[in-house]
Amino acid sequence: MANQSISPGHATAAAVNRRMGRRKLEPILFNTFNTLFMIFLVIVTLYPFLNTIVVSFNAGNDTIRGGLYWWPRQFTLQNYKAVFASGTIYNAFGISVARTLLSTVLNIFLTTMLAYTLSRKEYVFRKPITLIFILTMYFNAGLIPGYFLMKDLHLINTFWVYVIPSMMSAFNMIVIRTYIGTIPESLIESARIDGAGDFKIFWRIIFPLCKPVLATIALFVAVGAWNQWFDAFLYTSSKQELSTLQYELMKLISSSMNANSNPAVSNGAGMTQQSISMVTPLSIRAAVTVVASVPILLVYPFMQKYFVVGLNVGSVKE
Amino acid sequence: MDETLTKKSAFRKPKKAKKQPITWSLIKDQKQLIFMSVPLLAYIILFAYVPIWGWTMAFQDYKPALDFGDQKWVGFKHFKFLFQDDNFLRVLRNTLGMSIINLILGFVTAIILALLLNEIKKIFWKRTVQTISYLPHFLSWIIVTGIVATSLASDGIINDLLMKLHLIKEPILWLSEGKYFWGVVGASHVWKEVGWNTIIYLAAMASIDPALYEAADIDGASRYSKMRHVTLPGIKPTIVILLIMQVGHILEAGFEIQYLLGNGLVVDWAETIDIFVLKYGIAQGNYSMATAGGIFKTVVSVTMLLIANWTAKRLGEERLL
Repeated sequence: MANQSISPGHATAAAVNRRMGRRKLEPILFNTFNTLFMIFLVIVTLYPFLNTIVVSFNAGNDTIRGGLYWWPRQFTLQNYKAVFASGTIYNAFGISVARTLLSTVLNIFLTTMLAYTLSRKEYVFRKPITLIFILTMYFNAGLIPGYFLMKDLHLINTFWVYVIPSMMSAFNMIVIRTYIGTIPESLIESARIDGAGDFKIFWRIIFPLCKPVLATIALFVAVGAWNQWFDAFLYTSSKQELSTLQYELMKLISSSMNANSNPAVSNGAGMTQQSISMVTPLSIRAAVTVVASVPILLVYPFMQKYFVVGLNVGSVKE
Repeated sequence: MDETLTKKSAFRKPKKAKKQPITWSLIKDQKQLIFMSVPLLAYIILFAYVPIWGWTMAFQDYKPALDFGDQKWVGFKHFKFLFQDDNFLRVLRNTLGMSIINLILGFVTAIILALLLNEIKKIFWKRTVQTISYLPHFLSWIIVTGIVATSLASDGIINDLLMKLHLIKEPILWLSEGKYFWGVVGASHVWKEVGWNTIIYLAAMASIDPALYEAADIDGASRYSKMRHVTLPGIKPTIVILLIMQVGHILEAGFEIQYLLGNGLVVDWAETIDIFVLKYGIAQGNYSMATAGGIFKTVVSVTMLLIANWTAKRLGEERLL
């Protein structure tokens, strides 16, 4: 299944079509339209992001003049310097990296371990535990009870509130368990005959063999943790040193949107009090956006071949 | 702690297991499996099930300063209030409206894009388009909202383009008028997720028997009729399953984009149940009312999901639960 690609299944059909040579105009028209549409799609998808990158590299006072599209007019690194000179963003970047790494490692390890135990048909508690986990996919206690739980556990205003509540997900567990089901039983049996216990089998055999599916899940978990801002907003907003990159970006965006509706404020509201207007809130925002998205955008194209595995296995549930 | 937990559950379970009597020797045999899973079971019970206890707040006039025994029980008062509250009804309308728009737009665009991608013969070009189309999925809603706000600003690219094409004379204030809000949210969802949503359809298309296309060719079918009569029926089971799965999320209209884009001018069209809960609960401290709103959402979702699951069974599709 890991090799499954999404190439069209009917390349031969197209050949037959061509050989028959009938209705020549229709395919040409269709292909032209289709190519044009795809180019349109690519532009619509990329342009807003490219433009953000352009703004982030352009001098802020020049950007305000407008008319900036595909290329910086006055190239500068000033915006990025300002972003990293501000301790706030620098610190938030560190917190984001830390929470993402820790969440991903813990998630992968714990979820795979549980998935292994629940894939063992002989395990006595297999059914009740599986059921208890699966049910969690369908209900949610809600915001307020969740908030009180964090409060009772004294997780509010600590770094751990980013990691501990989201250490496992039932959905990922089922994806991994389904994948483990495709590993030949004989591998596990022979390890057992050699005297390996369940933990050793999990760690030495199952874990390495699950790499393809774990790559996808690690990416999903990492993206989720990196992009999360709501927990910082809800649980740690009174502790600046625990702020995350996305939350800082959220604050920048909402302050600039409020400024938009009230133009009188918009000029002076820089996050770094710089007398030179080289750096404006708009250009700072663009630079933070790029910093907050580039790490993930550099990784995902290389994981593409695994997405299908993860999504397909996931749709075959209990 | 692990040990006491395992022992407890071991004592409780024996009646249930039919095929396999649980004996001490079996437990001993499987002690590694138990050590590997029971702490995680305790974890999920603590974080997913224990907070359900908080639902009691919805039936009280909850005051954080009082102990549980001293709270005043009020029955369904808060639920009754919610359904007479114009605010809540409006919030419910917004949630349903945006959710249905997202659902329909999301499905239609993803299926059309998947059909068109499937027709691309050059693998490299197809891969490139796909990779690029996944990009917005990996951006956070914060970033997407920032991009949407920039693009739709009065001097943003959309107004710029519309003016240059002479379609409008003055910039449209997309984010300041309630009537555009649902559309903006729907379009943003499409922009973010359309590429990503094609993955599962393309996988389904790849598994359609090529012989069907050859047979259609021999019958002289055009490209369009092959799409309509071979590809679409081929992915129909996938569409049905995904559609049914979505039904359980009917009250999930999204939270971030409405929260971030919503401003005083469009508030009547922007607020969803999640925002309502946040506003009443965390900001105003009306925990009982906010919890009641949250319970309503969960109960509707679970009910819809059970109905969907039952329908899927009736239709002979794969069950979801």
